[in-house]
Amino acid sequence: MTAPLRGAPPRDDGEDPRLGELEARKEAKYREIRDAELDHAQGKLSDADWRAADAELRAEAIEILAEIDGAERARSRS
Amino acid sequence: MFPALGAACLGAAFLTAAYAGGAALAGTRDDRRFTDSARRAMYALAALLTVCVVCLEISFLNDDFSVELVADHSSTTTPTGYKLTAMWSSQAGSLLLWAWVLSLAGSGVLLATRNRLRELVPWATAVLAGLAVFFTGLMLFGILSPGADSFPFARLDPAPVEGVGLTPLLRHPAMAIHPPMLYSGYVLFAIPFAFAIAALVTRRIDAAWIRSTRRFALVAWLFLGTGILLGSFWSYNELGWGGYWGWDAVENASLMPWLVGTAFLHSVMVQEKRGMLRTWNVSLIVATFALCLLGTFLVRSGILESIHAFGVSKVGGPLLGLIAVVVVGSAALIVSRLDALRGERRIESLASREAVFLINNLLLVALAAVIFWGTFFPLISEALTGSERSVGPPFFNSVTTPLALVLVLFTGIGPLLAWRRVSAGRAWRLFWPPAAVALAAAAVLALVSDALSEPLALVLFTFAAFALAALAGELLRAASAQRALAGSGYAAAVGRVFARNRRRYGGYTVHAGLAILFIAVAASSSFQTSSDVRLRPGETASVGDFDVTYAEPSASIDTAEQRLTFGATLDVSRDGEEFAVLRPSRNFYSSATSEGVRGFFEGEATSEVGRRGGPGGDLWTAMRPDLAPLDDQIRGADERIARLVDRVAPAGAAPMEVARFRANLEGAAVQGLRERYLAEPPPVDFRVNYNPLVIWLWVGGAIAIGGGLVAIWPAPAARRRRVADVHAAKLARELGRA
Repeated sequence: MTAPLRGAPPRDDGEDPRLGELEARKEAKYREIRDAELDHAQGKLSDADWRAADAELRAEAIEILAEIDGAERARSRS
Repeated sequence: MFPALGAACLGAAFLTAAYAGGAALAGTRDDRRFTDSARRAMYALAALLTVCVVCLEISFLNDDFSVELVADHSSTTTPTGYKLTAMWSSQAGSLLLWAWVLSLAGSGVLLATRNRLRELVPWATAVLAGLAVFFTGLMLFGILSPGADSFPFARLDPAPVEGVGLTPLLRHPAMAIHPPMLYSGYVLFAIPFAFAIAALVTRRIDAAWIRSTRRFALVAWLFLGTGILLGSFWSYNELGWGGYWGWDAVENASLMPWLVGTAFLHSVMVQEKRGMLRTWNVSLIVATFALCLLGTFLVRSGILESIHAFGVSKVGGPLLGLIAVVVVGSAALIVSRLDALRGERRIESLASREAVFLINNLLLVALAAVIFWGTFFPLISEALTGSERSVGPPFFNSVTTPLALVLVLFTGIGPLLAWRRVSAGRAWRLFWPPAAVALAAAAVLALVSDALSEPLALVLFTFAAFALAALAGELLRAASAQRALAGSGYAAAVGRVFARNRRRYGGYTVHAGLAILFIAVAASSSFQTSSDVRLRPGETASVGDFDVTYAEPSASIDTAEQRLTFGATLDVSRDGEEFAVLRPSRNFYSSATSEGVRGFFEGEATSEVGRRGGPGGDLWTAMRPDLAPLDDQIRGADERIARLVDRVAPAGAAPMEVARFRANLEGAAVQGLRERYLAEPPPVDFRVNYNPLVIWLWVGGAIAIGGGLVAIWPAPAARRRRVADVHAAKLARELGRA
C-alpha cells in the first residue's frame, strides 16, 4: 500500500491487461454463438436467419481471436 | 478496551478511505503503483471496518452498557442471537454495516479486476473510496454532533446497570436477517455504479464494465429481493394487521431500486449481445444506485412516516447531499458523453428479444416512477399546497396493477423470442401452445371458481398461466434437443440444459418464480375474506366459510423477556367439521420510558398470529384484548406500589435496592393481572382473514432466488475451456476457409 510513498518502482507481473479483457470478450462472443445455436435448435430462428447471425458472430469472434493472437505475440516478444 | 479499539479503527478507516481515493485518482494518470496502492488501501479499509464490527459485537455480547448503542438496543435479558443482530437495529450500527459491506464488496471487485480494465479501475476505486469516505465520515460526524446518533462507539458515563433492550417488534428471526439483506443489496449496487462512472469518465463505454460487474449487480438484486421477501414475511407474521405489503414509504423505498435494478439486469444483456441501449444502461444503474441511497435516506431522515424508520435524525441532510451529487454529477457526465454512448445498432424487429426487453424495461421503470410519485406525494403536496396529504394503498393498487399485469405477460413473451428477429410464422408456432394453455386456464377458472367477479385477477391468472406454459415449453424444447444429442432421460437432459446455460435457464427460473408470486398476490388480495369480530369466551362468529369459536383465554409471563402475554384458543370449523385450533396472542413488554405496571400497556406491543396454512390458502388470526376492564386494577396497583416504595424505602437507600423492590412489587402486580385475565376474561377483538394461495408468494420468491443463484453460479472452468476449445477449433477452420 505504501509503495508509491516509498518511491518503489512499478511492479511488472508480465500480465497484459488487454489479454484479460479480450478473453472476457471471447467468452461473451462464444456464449452468443451458443445462444444462437440453441435458438435455432428450438425453432426460434429460421435456417436463413441463423446462418446469417452465426456468420456475423463467428466473424466477430475471429476478429477477437486475431486480437488475442496479436496480444500474445506482443507479450512473448517483450 | 473494545469500544476504544473500535473507535480508533473507525478513525483509521476514514483516513484509509481518503488515502484510497487520493491514490486512485493519482493512478488515473497511468501510474500503476498508485492504482495498486489504492486497491490495497481498500483491503486495509475492509480489515479495519471488520475490526470495528467485531468490537461492537463483542460490546453487545459483553453487555457493555457504557456504549450508548448497546445500552439503547440491548439488555442483559436479550437473547444472544438478537444481541448479535441488534447492531443494525440502530442508526449508527446500520451505517457501520453499510460501510463494512461496501469495503468488502469493493475489495472483492478490485481483487477480481486487478489485472483487467486498467483504465477503468482507478476511477471505479476513486468512486468506491469516495463513498467509503462519506459513510465513515458520517459516523465520525456523530462525535462532533451528538444528536446525529451516528457514531457507533459513543460512550455513556456513568454507564447504566441495565440496557433498554431490543425493540420487541424486531425480535423475530426474519428481522434479524432482513436489514443486512437490504443493506447488502443497496451497497452492492455501488459496484456497477462505480464502474459505469469509470466507463463514462474514460469514454470506454463498451460492454467491458458490464461483464466485470454483472455478478455483483445480480448478487445485489438477489440480496435486495430476499430482504423484501423477508420483510413481507415478518409483516405478515408479526405486525398483526393481516397483510404482507402496506405500501409503507420504507417498503416502497426498497422496492423502487429492485424494480429499476431488474430493468438494468435485462437491458445490459442487450448491450452485451447487440451493442445497444448504452445511454439507457448507464442511466438505469445511476437511477438504481440513487434509489438505493434514497432508501437509506428515508429510513434515517424521518422525513416520511414509517414503522420501519429510525426516526428524525441529523444524518438525513448529508445523505440528501450525497444523492444530489450522485444524480447531478452522473447526469452531467452522461450528457457530456452522449456522442460516445450512441449505439452501434438499431432494433431490427419488434418480434425480437431486445424489443421485448426494452418494453419490459419501460414497464419496470414506469412502475418505479408511479411508486416514487405516491411515496413522495406527501412532500410534493406540502410543497405545492402547504398541507401534507398522502396517498394510500388504493392509489398504489390502482396504478401498479395494470403495469404489473402486462409485466407478467412479458415474463412469458421474452423467453419465447430470439435475438434480432423472429418471423411471423415461427412466432405463431412458438406462441400458440402457451396461449392455448392460458385460455384453457382462464376458461376453467371462470367455470369452477368466482374468478369472473374479479376481472383483473382473472387476467393476471391468464397471463401468469401463459408465462408458466411458455417457460415450461421452452425448457421442454431445450431438454428434447439435449436428449436427441445425448440420448439420455428427460431428468438428466434438464440437468444438462441448466448446466450448459446457467444464465438463460436461471433467468427463466426467476421468471417462473415471479409468475407464481404474482398469482399469489392477485389471489390473496382479490379473494381475501376478512372480518373483525369481538368475542367473549364461548361465543362464535361466522367468517366466510368458517365458524370461529373463542374457546378459552390464556395468559403467561416471561420474566427473562419482561413480557406479559394475553392469548386465546380459537376452535375453527368449516361446514360443521373441525378445521383448526388457532392460538393468537398479544405481547406486552415492560417499558423503558414509562414506569410501573401501566408501562406494559403504553409501550410497544407485538402480535403472534394464529395461522393454519396450506397450499390452498391461509387462515390467519390476530387479537387485541379489550384492556379497559383491567384499567382499575392497573391504576390501583401502580398507586399501591408508589405508596409502598415511599413508605418502605427510607431516604438514602441505594437506588439499586429501591429499583429491585419496585420490580418485585410490579412483578406481583403483573401476576395479579394475569390471574384476573384468566378468571374474568375481557372481550377480545379478533381479525380473521382467509388468504387464498398466499403461501405461494414466498414459495415463488424462493424459486426466483434459486433461479438467481443458478444464473450467478459460474460454469466449471474445465467445461468453459472445453467449450472454448471446441469453438476455437471451429473458428480456426472457418478462418482457414476464409
